[in-house]
Amino acid sequence: MVLKGTKKKIMGTYVQPGSVGAGPYLLETRGLTKVFGSLTACDHVDLKIRKGEIHALLGENGAGKSTLVKMLFGSLEPNEGEILWDGSPVRIPSPSAARKLGIGMVFQHFSLFDALTAAENIALSLDQDTPISTIAAKARDLSKSYGLPLDPGSLVGDLSVGERQRIEIIRCLLQTPELIILDEPTSVLTPQEADRLFETLERLRDEGKSILYISHRLEEVKRMCNSATVMRHGKVVDHCDPRQETAASLARMMVGTEVKSAERTPAMTGKSIELLGICGLSRKPAGPFSMPLKNIWLSVKSGEVLGIAGVAGNGQGEFFEAISGEVLQDDPDTVRVCGKPAGRLGISGRRLLGAAFVPEERLGHGAAPRMRLSENLLLSRHETDRKAFLGSLGMVAGAAISSATQRIIEAMDVRKSAPDPEAASLSGGNLQKFIIGRELDRQPSVMVVNQPTWGVDAGAAARIRQALIELARAGSAVLVISQDLDELFEISDAISVMHNGELSEPIAIADATFEKIGLLMGGAEPGHVDHHEEVA
Amino acid sequence: MGIIEAILLTIATAATPLLIAAVGELVVERSGVLNLGVEGMMIMGAVTGFGVALLTGSPWLGFLAAIIIGALFSLLFAVLTLSLVTNQVATGLALTLLGLGLSGMIGESFVGMPGVRLANLYIPVLSDLPVVGRLVFGQDPIFYLSIALTAGVTWFLFKTRAGLTLRSVGDNHGSAHALGINVIAIRYLAVMFGGACAGLAGGYLSIVYTPQWVENMTAGRGWIALALVVFASWRPWRVLAGAYLFGAVTIGQLHAQALGIGIPSQLLSSLPYLATIVVLVLISRNRRLTMINTPASLGRPFVPDR
Repeated sequence: MVLKGTKKKIMGTYVQPGSVGAGPYLLETRGLTKVFGSLTACDHVDLKIRKGEIHALLGENGAGKSTLVKMLFGSLEPNEGEILWDGSPVRIPSPSAARKLGIGMVFQHFSLFDALTAAENIALSLDQDTPISTIAAKARDLSKSYGLPLDPGSLVGDLSVGERQRIEIIRCLLQTPELIILDEPTSVLTPQEADRLFETLERLRDEGKSILYISHRLEEVKRMCNSATVMRHGKVVDHCDPRQETAASLARMMVGTEVKSAERTPAMTGKSIELLGICGLSRKPAGPFSMPLKNIWLSVKSGEVLGIAGVAGNGQGEFFEAISGEVLQDDPDTVRVCGKPAGRLGISGRRLLGAAFVPEERLGHGAAPRMRLSENLLLSRHETDRKAFLGSLGMVAGAAISSATQRIIEAMDVRKSAPDPEAASLSGGNLQKFIIGRELDRQPSVMVVNQPTWGVDAGAAARIRQALIELARAGSAVLVISQDLDELFEISDAISVMHNGELSEPIAIADATFEKIGLLMGGAEPGHVDHHEEVA
Repeated sequence: MGIIEAILLTIATAATPLLIAAVGELVVERSGVLNLGVEGMMIMGAVTGFGVALLTGSPWLGFLAAIIIGALFSLLFAVLTLSLVTNQVATGLALTLLGLGLSGMIGESFVGMPGVRLANLYIPVLSDLPVVGRLVFGQDPIFYLSIALTAGVTWFLFKTRAGLTLRSVGDNHGSAHALGINVIAIRYLAVMFGGACAGLAGGYLSIVYTPQWVENMTAGRGWIALALVVFASWRPWRVLAGAYLFGAVTIGQLHAQALGIGIPSQLLSSLPYLATIVVLVLISRNRRLTMINTPASLGRPFVPDR
């Protein structure tokens, strides 16, 4: 608020420290405010984006970034303040108005339609007069030239998170916007894919387009962005030039306090036993667009964190389904949990043997969106904690469940707006903390997590990673499937790579390098493109 | 005219109202709205169509009135569920009850009056062809309209941009809204199209199928239409197959009853319902196709976050 008071007077002449040149502003907000009930999500936010710059918007989950961006894109209407486009005040009542102005958006929670094909999804956001028949070809060309492999005919419901994001990006680029808003764009990309995206963005910047870049990966922001606006608790707390800052100083601005990265305590010494064993797991492709699994062998011992790296859509989702028991195996010995055959057991059966699972998709898979946290707790643990939560008569024990919910919320520092809110009302990071906490609370012997920190802010991610390491050090076996290589290097004791439905031998972390893992990812792209040509 | 030909003709007549109502409801549900008021809209269409045809002497004006009243009745549903965000299931049921009651009151004076008949199509030579002549070239005009409607809706849904937009709203109204699609407006139009179809189907019952007014004359056909849509996995040509199957078994069991087959008539009367459901369940076994075709936002209320 102090900032706002002093800055408003000199708005016209105010130049952000360190910004390149003093080009005109493409977009400017003055005192933009959005209030939801008693919560002020955005409190007099001033944001200025120049033509031809990549501007970072930094902030933790719940800092108000999404609300701000929604107002810029016309999905929400501000209560107060104004938006200037090219120097003149504008009202943006709807997303189509935003698009007409020249604002394009790549959403974090993708706004895609599962039952439609990639091409149809793209068609929906283009001009009414664009013939649908030409869109597939256009999308294919654009995806090639920007290095974002995509099969326009595939159904979105069959695609992985990474592939869905490509659709979002291509859809946005096809509208040739002046300002592109990207919300956490690299959180599902491999280093190579991210590098390509950066090239794309830099090319767009050189073409004179502006980019508003929301990310929690501070290294990227430092590398790409010429200016940044930092938000905390709905207010702008700082403007800076990220190139002049360190990752640590940026994190400090965002969070307000120091952020520690997860600390990898030395692996347990002494006798360790195999807790999770996969022996010759194969699986036929479930749908026309999904990956087969080919003879996978794997063993995770007590005290160990095993990481599985791989490009999106190489069979990780299918692999997780097979381990978690969403899909059963013919031979019970294919999956062994704590030494017992589990191949023919369902999810609850495997949980009862001591395993815990956290799927990739938080809403709809990891949690029922319209149900309260306590109800979600009961849903996942009604078998394993039957005595405590359901009693001998099978009646819901409300007190026990709410105290367990409270315990998880405190243990994982879940921030929420109501005592027991609906899962869908939590931000991604907070919901993920709850889901992970729900499983950790059982002290599982085997923990399998798919994409533990996707779209989660730095503070929450560090907390989740630390919790996984601590669980392993307490004697459990932890299997982490992730597309985030930084994350895997931070927490794993060994890394295997999944490519084309096959799993590599694990590489001990001491011997693993980005290059080595990157190579195993199959040069990443060729294998992936093959896959798409097969199905096309 | 042989007995087989007569049976086939009556099958088409029995299937047509189901087909029209179900195709209309299919469009409504593809947009993500569940309107359980089909029966109510049909019976309103039936009484209005009969009354207007009787008073003006023109079956065509009767059909037009049936269409208009069906659309108006569904507009009531749309205002309640889309603008005032009432529960769709409860509102649909209320619409049916309202329609049944209101039509009984309106139609009191029509009971026992002879209806206005609609002439069948007659094309010289073609309609006189043996066997196929009457079946293909000699039916009532609404029969041809119902086939065209099925083809038209298929084309609209899967080949046009407006159809794509409508399906996207039914799949994920949140995403559609984020893209700037006017979810509520599209649903209003879809609901009113469904209402118009249900009204026409009702008008067909009282003008063509049995040209008279009887209270509750829809006899649950609105519900069968609703079931057809679901079991046909929201695909128009499967709706047509289901409607004709239902029509065939209905007519077949009537003839069986007439022949005095030793099966209780109550059991025979329930056959069309059983057969239709069993067959449609069997053909919708492909779960992947069902998954793709089921409108994911069906019945879920939409309130834009403003």
